[in-house]
Formats: sequence, C-alpha cells, structure tokens
Amino acid sequence: MNWKLICKLDDIPQLGSRVVQRATGGDIAVFRTADDEVFAMHDKCPHKGGPLSQGIVHGRRVTCPLHGWNIGLDDGHAVAPDIGRCDTFKVKVEHGDVYLAV
Amino acid sequence: MSKPRLVLIGNGMAGVRTVEELLKIKPDHYDITIFGAEPHPNYNRILLSPVLAGEMQIKDIILNELDWYAANNITLHTGKEVVRIDRVKRKVIAADGLEVPYDRLLIATGSTPFMLPIPGNDLPGVIGYRDIKDTDEMIATAARHKHAVVIGGGLLGLEAANGLKLRGMDVTVVHLGPWLLERQLDEVAGQMLQKSLEDKGLKFLLSTQTEALIQGESGRVAAVRFKGGMQIPADLVVMAAGIRPNYALAEAAGIYCNRGVVVNDTMQTYDPKIYAVGECVSHRGIAYGLVAPLFEQAKVAANHLAGYGIGRYTGSVTSTKLKVTGIDLFSAGNFMGGEGTEEIVLNDPYGGVYKKLVLKENKLVGGVMYGDTADGPWYFQLLKDQRDIHDIRDSLIFGQSLVGDVGHAGNSKAADMPDSAEVCGCNGVTKGCIVKAIKEKGLFTLDEVKKHTKAASSCGSCAGLVEQILASTIGGAYTPAALDSKPVCGCTDHSHKVVREAIFKEHLTRKEAVFEILNWKTPNGCDKCRPAINYYLISSWPHEAKDDAQSRFINERAHANIQKDGTYSVVPRMWGGLTTPAELRAIADAAEKYNVPTVKVTGGQRIDLLGVKKEDLPAMWADLNAAGMVSGHAYGKSIRTVKTCVGAEHCRFGTQLAMDMGVKLEKMLFDMYAPHKVKLAVSGCPRNCAEAGIKDVGVIGVDSGYELYIGGNGGIKTEVAQFLCKVKSDEEVMEYAGAFLQLYREEGWYLERTCHYLDRVGLDYVKGRILEDEEGRKAYYFRLLDSLKDARDPWQTSREAEPIKQFIPIKLEA
Ligand SMILES: Cc1cc2nc3c(=O)[nH]c(=O)nc-3n(C[C@H](O)[C@H](O)[C@H](O)COP(=O)(O)OP(=O)(O)OC[C@H]3O[C@@H](n4cnc5c(N)ncnc54)[C@H](O)[C@@H]3O)c2cc1C
Ligand code: HEM
Ligand code: SF4
Ligand code: FES
Repeated sequence: MNWKLICKLDDIPQLGSRVVQRATGGDIAVFRTADDEVFAMHDKCPHKGGPLSQGIVHGRRVTCPLHGWNIGLDDGHAVAPDIGRCDTFKVKVEHGDVYLAV
Repeated sequence: MSKPRLVLIGNGMAGVRTVEELLKIKPDHYDITIFGAEPHPNYNRILLSPVLAGEMQIKDIILNELDWYAANNITLHTGKEVVRIDRVKRKVIAADGLEVPYDRLLIATGSTPFMLPIPGNDLPGVIGYRDIKDTDEMIATAARHKHAVVIGGGLLGLEAANGLKLRGMDVTVVHLGPWLLERQLDEVAGQMLQKSLEDKGLKFLLSTQTEALIQGESGRVAAVRFKGGMQIPADLVVMAAGIRPNYALAEAAGIYCNRGVVVNDTMQTYDPKIYAVGECVSHRGIAYGLVAPLFEQAKVAANHLAGYGIGRYTGSVTSTKLKVTGIDLFSAGNFMGGEGTEEIVLNDPYGGVYKKLVLKENKLVGGVMYGDTADGPWYFQLLKDQRDIHDIRDSLIFGQSLVGDVGHAGNSKAADMPDSAEVCGCNGVTKGCIVKAIKEKGLFTLDEVKKHTKAASSCGSCAGLVEQILASTIGGAYTPAALDSKPVCGCTDHSHKVVREAIFKEHLTRKEAVFEILNWKTPNGCDKCRPAINYYLISSWPHEAKDDAQSRFINERAHANIQKDGTYSVVPRMWGGLTTPAELRAIADAAEKYNVPTVKVTGGQRIDLLGVKKEDLPAMWADLNAAGMVSGHAYGKSIRTVKTCVGAEHCRFGTQLAMDMGVKLEKMLFDMYAPHKVKLAVSGCPRNCAEAGIKDVGVIGVDSGYELYIGGNGGIKTEVAQFLCKVKSDEEVMEYAGAFLQLYREEGWYLERTCHYLDRVGLDYVKGRILEDEEGRKAYYFRLLDSLKDARDPWQTSREAEPIKQFIPIKLEA
C-alpha cells in the first residue's frame, strides 16, 4: 500500500472536504466528519458525476450538490432509494497528518 | 376621483370566482355590485349532488358567506334578476326597476336545464336539476311520493337518480342513447356502469324516447308515456337532458351570441366594456359545462379587468368523473377512437375493471376507465402534455406505478392512502394536508391545491395523485382534518414553526444547541434541516449567531452557482441594472483571462460569466473587486436583484426616478439572506417595463408617489403580486418594502417564497403588521437595517479569510 501524506487534519473543515487532484484517474474527495473521522472516495457522484466534495456533510454521509443523492462516506453506497456506488480509498490520520492510500 | 364601477350579473361559481381573482390581484380597484337571481350567496353547485344524496347539507356548500361580500365592500342583490342591459347609457336594469350604472360589466348567467318540448313539461312535479330550489323540491317530493323518472342518462341525470334512490324513491332513468353516458364512455364501460347502478336498485330504459307527461287527478304529473305507447307511473320527473346557456339577456342587448355569449381569448364580448365567463359563454365555439375550465376563464377575465392585460384563455381539455359514491369511472379526450388510432384494452369483467386507451401517432388521445380509475389523472396529464409514450407503451395500460417514473409506487390509490402519507416529496405535503386545504379553503383545481399546499408545485410528479385526492374529496368522500405540523425532515418530528420559535424563545445561537434542545435524531442533521437551522439562527440573532459555512449549500459557500459539469458561474452586481464602460471592460478582461466559455445577460439585468473553474474563483473575484464590483448573490437564498426601467431619468412617460429608487433599494438590501431568494423591481410608471408585477416586492411609480406590490413570483407558477399600499416618498418605499421583507425574514419558513408566505398568513395579516401598526413597521425596518449594518462583500470576505483552502485542490504528485 502506498500511503501519501496529503494535508493536515485541520486543513479540512469539520463537516467539510478537500479535493485531491491526481495526474490520472480523476479527483478524490476527502471528507471530515464532526467526530474528526476522515473518509475518501472518487469525487464523482454515481448518479450523474456531480462533485461530491461540494456537498453538505452530515453524520457519515454526504449529499451531492447536483440532485441531492446521499452517499455513505464509509462504503460509498448511495442511500436507498437510490442505487449506485462510488469507489472509496483508505485514509488514516497520524499525529494530525492525513494520509491517503493510492 | 371615484372608482370605476364593475357590475356582475350572476352570483354563481364562475362570476364570483372572477371577482375573487380580481380582488386578489387588484383590490379596491372597482366599486363592485353583484346581482343574483337566486336568494342565496354563492354556493358550490357541484355539491348539490352529495346534498341530494344526503351526504352533505346546504350550509356545508356555501362558498362565500354574506360577510365576505360585506368585507370586500361588494353590494350584493340576491333574489334580483337583471332584465335589461342598456349599453348606450351603460347601466343594468333589474326586475324591480333598480338601475345600476357600470364602467365594466361581467356576465356570468350560467345555464338552465333544457326542458324537453313535449306535452306536460310544465306540470307541477316536473323539474330540472340546477339549483338549491330544485334540490329542496326533490328532497321534499322524495319524502311524500314514490315514483321518480329521470330523463337523461348523463352525469347530471345519474347523480340525480342516485340521490333520489338513496332517499327511498323508486327511480327509472330514461335515456335516448344506446348506453349510459355515451358522451363520456364507450359501450363496454357504459354497460358496466349500468350493471353497478342496477345493483344499487336503479332501473333503466335505454334507447327510449319520451313522448308526453301525463297529468294526474291531483293536477301534478302522474305518468310518463313513451314512443310506442308504453307508460310508467311518475310523481316526479327530473329533466336532465342537457343544459342551455343563458344568453338571452346579452342577446337582447345586441351583444353577439351564438349558442352562448361569444367571447375572445381575453373573455371579452363584442362590446369591449363587457366581459363574460362561465357556462353562458361560447369560446371558440365551445360552451363548457364543468367548473375547471370556467375557473381558468375566471382567472383570465380577472387579469384583464384589473388592467394588467396578461394571459389568454385558449380553451381546455376536460375530463369526466361521476360523483356517485362507490362508482369509479373516468374518461377523457377521444375515447371512441377512429381513423388512424390504435387501442390498448384491459378488460376484467369479474374484477369489475375495464380500461381502454386510445393512441394516435404514439400519443395518448383519449381513454376510458371503469372500476380502477386511480391512474385517470395521470393518463389525463399525458394526454394534455401530448407526451410521446412509445417508450412506456408496453406497460402503459397497467398505470403509473408500473411505468416507474412516479416515486410513489404502491400509493397510487388515493382513496386508500392514510392521512399521514406523504403525497408530494418535493415539498413534504401529506394527504391530510391536501384534503384539509381542499375542504377549508374550497379548492377545486390542481392549481389551487398547488398554491395553497405547495403539493405538486415543484417536480410535478405527484400531480396525478393530487388530482385523485381532489376528485375523491370533492366527490363527497370527506375525511376528518389532519393537523399541518409536517416535520422539517427525517431528523426530527418538529415543524419549521416549532424550530423557529424555539430558536427565538430559548435564545439559541448554535446549531448544536438546537439539536440538543429539540432532541434531533441525527448527530448533525442533514442537507434539509441544516441550511434551514442556519438561516433561522442568523436571522433571529444577527451579529450574534455565527454563520456556519458547512451548513450552506455549495452555491452559498462558493458564492457562485454550481453548474451541471461542476464549474461555476460568476455574476457581479450591477446596482439597479446600471453599469459603466469601466465595469464592462473589467468584466470583459476577466472573461478572457479566465477563459470563460459563455457570457450571458441575465433576466435580472446583469452579466453572467458561466463555466469558471472553482480554483479560479478567488483570483477572478479579486480582479472584479479591484474594478469596484461586488457579488451579485445570484446564487443565494438572498436578495438577488432590483430590476429597474429607465424611468423619469430618460423616459418620456416616466413619473418617478426608477433607476435611482432601484439603486437605493438594492444598496439597502445588499447581502440580505432570506428564507428564499428575493427579487425586486421598480418601474417609473404604470406601463411597468421592469415587470414589477411578478416580483417579491414590486414598486411602480405614479404621479403622486409609488404603488407597492408584494408576493409576486415569476417561477414555476407565475404569481401576480398583490397590492399592498401607495406611498409618497422614496424614504417610505424603503421603509415599507424593508419592513415587509423583514417580516418575511422573521416569519417565513426556509424555502418559502414571499408568495407562499403570503398565502399562508394572508394579505390582511401583513397589512395589519405593516400598514396599520406604524410603530411595528418602524421596528421591522429598524431590525432589517440593523442586521445589515455590517454587510460586507462575500467575495472579499471569503477571499481574504484564512483559509481560502476550500477553493484550492491538493495536487498529488505521481
Ligand atoms: C347537480 C350538479 C352537479 C354538478 N357536478 C359537477 C361536477 O361534478 N363537476 C363539474 O365540473 N361541474 C359540475 N356541475 C356543473 C357546474 O356546477 C357548473 O359548470 C357551474 O356552476 C357553472 O358556473 P356558472 O357561474 O357559469 O353558472 P352558475 O353557477 O349557474 O351561476 C349563474 C348564476 O347566475 C344567476 N343568473 C342567471 N341569470 C341572471 C340574471 N339575469 N340576473 C341575475 N342573476 C342571474 C343564476 O341564478 C345563477 O345563480 C354540476 C352542476 C349541477 C347542477
Ligand atoms: C408606449 C410606450 C412604451 C415605451 C416608451 C416603452 C419603453 C421601454 C424602454 C425604454 C424599455 C427598456 C427599459 C430598460 O432597459 O430598463 C422597455 C422595456 C420593456 N417594456 Fe416597454 N415601453 C412602452 C410600453 C410598454 C408596454 C405597454 C409594455 C407591456 C405591456 C412594455 C413592456 C416592457 C417590457 C417587458 C420591457 C423589458 C424588456 C426586457 O427585459 O428586455 N412596455 N420599454
Ligand atoms: S415603466 Fe414607464 S417610465 Fe419606465 S420605461 Fe416604461 S414607460 Fe418609461
Ligand atoms: S450527480 Fe449527484 S445526485 Fe445527480
């Protein structure tokens, strides 16, 4: 596994996100919950590709800004009644630094 | 100057509806006089059927109590027939000699039952079925006599027959046609209907022509004789063989009539001072006999009587529903088919279900349903929309829930739904709410339900369901009222009202406190409640509650509108729609520098730069800020624009400095957040080039000052603003408009536009707070100014705030 340091935990607002741009493979959205849990997934809604990083984060979910689908942050699954899945990435926080597995 | 006089002839459903619409958009404009031949205030004629059937009483069906006429300063003459219209002297003359002059006349005389021209048609005991008097007579007769004959197997005849049967009479329906309701049903459905009605004890004589009515010894009717000689006993004969529009009065006055008072698309007769609506009218050769089209006519007529001149009536497609409890039938359009059409038929005689859809060129052109009519309104919508149905053709006959684009699968039987079931997902409206509104506010059409409940006013996918509820409710199947206390969202059981009040009473300034005190079920809410709570906090406690960016929709966080491809649009403010060469140059430079693919002039009189990458936003703002421009808030639940016309500054018609007034208002309201977006307009004279009639606050210059209108809306459903008051000075415009907006900011529910707020609380309430209570008004105005006193350009704030990180992506090296 290839852990990359991406930023400090405090660089991500609580109930907010940051976007990680890659040379290939598309953007990754990194989310922080109210409890300082951090999750990462493709920044691409399974519905019509909306940028999930721009959505409202609540609990362990994010609401896509385009048409309001709710996506589970931990598993990338769309919340019923919608059906779809977004690939997730492993993240860890050590000493206030956030690492992403790519 | 005295007001122009409006006289209405016909105190019935279409005429009074027109007056109501008129009062809504332009109150106090006319001195109104209404003549009604019946001795009652306006009542709901449709519900005479449930009254006859014993399901309702007369007092339940009154639509406008006498108080209503008094409260609106309407002079009402009940029991007084107008016998002549003098178009030269512009006055109407009543049977008792009373003369009333008019400037505008509205004819809404309805129609009368057609009495077959046969011997005996004037005997006692022979009546039509049209009004309260007829209904009373039927009820009285049923108590004393046995045999009833109803002539005519149409909707009216069957409803009369059903009612008389329920009141204990022995009823025979005589019908000339080969099957019942032949104008609404095909033969199969007609026979199924006949069977169900026979099960209820009614008797039928089809393809039978009535020849004479025979007088008995008592002097009243005693029997009916048919062609061929057969004769049956009858103590009561109800003629329901059609209606005849009442246009004799108009015709005698020389107004062009042709089987009805002929009107154009603005409901105007050949005399431009005279309008006509309702069943007495012939529009494009059609006289309608159902209320839905008449109410559409009423709306158009009211708009033209108000002098706005917006809207044309272009005719209606109608659908049919029989109001006999326990019988479900529905038909619309060309259900018989013919040249070039195809039919899809589902026939289940044992289950009592029959459906036939008629298609032409992949479009639905008609249909009949019997037994299971749940999907009727949906089919009707497809028909009206002329939607291409080839993609859903295979499952079309099985109805909406199987086709799949409903979102309410399984709930399609409106009548079976519990009151708590959600009908409109977009606006969170329950069935109970809709039924209550229909009952209490006397609603008839989908549009009215939309307006009063917001159901079906957004995506519209539940419109069919709402129509079913409407049909089953007006059909007499009333259910007890439910409370309107819809929770904000799934995170709580509390309504917007409760949340707002708690924030205010408990002095809550943080969302966490709201969640705790009101026992939120989720740890930090969701995308529905968080923005609402954030708004309530900052509007209740300005300067104290801290705005929570993460509770705002992305547009309000990025101060730009997210587009479908994830890019943003940037709209710099142009105060009152005014700009300068230097600003235009700066916009042009920014557009080139940041490779803006589309530049567009918006409906709000400014320029939109579309397709900007998020990471470019801060730099672009910096450039625009440097040229003196600020955010246009084109993205927010906030003040958007104040549209102006060129006004007295340049225009030869202008009476007031519209541009100047607009700029002042826009500066005053800068950075004002609200429950929903807020748009204003200022026109320099009543020609109203700035279209102030469809704005949240519309200001129209007149010689002596300004007229203020509130609650207009140009959105999904256009809503004409209502007249609030007239004021003299610019300062008063700011004070009154500001006070109204603050009232809305303090009491509106999140995502409720001013028109919805106004619908909820009523114009009178707003007048009470803003016009009649001077101190109160000044206090609202002061609170508005106070909460906006430190307003700052959000571009500058978020550009300078540390961190601007949300705009900057983290680059990952390979
Ligand atoms: C029993 C029954 C059931 C119905 N059911 C339905 C239904 O389910 N759905 C539906 O859509 N429609 C139904 N209708 C039809 C609906 O009621 C009419 O379409 C509607 O009432 C017509 O409105 P109007 O204003 O044109 O006429 P009206 O409501 O008849 O009003 C006209 C008024 O003008 C008065 N008037 C006439 N001439 C003069 C004069 N010279 N001076 C003063 N006053 C005058 C009349 O007395 C009358 O009160 C039903 C009608 C009846 C009778
Ligand atoms: C007869 C004299 C009239 C004159 C001299 C006149 C003049 C103008 C002018 C100068 C504008 C541009 C205003 C601006 O840029 O702010 C305008 C716009 C407009 N006028 Fe008129 N007008 C007249 C009548 C009317 C009438 C009768 C109507 C409507 C029934 C009307 C509807 C409009 C509308 C809707 C706009 C806005 C158009 C837009 O947004 O592009 N005007 N008019
Ligand atoms: S509203 Fe009146 S003042 Fe304004 S541009 Fe139109 S005509 Fe002129
Ligand atoms: S793209 Fe995310 S909900 Fe449509």
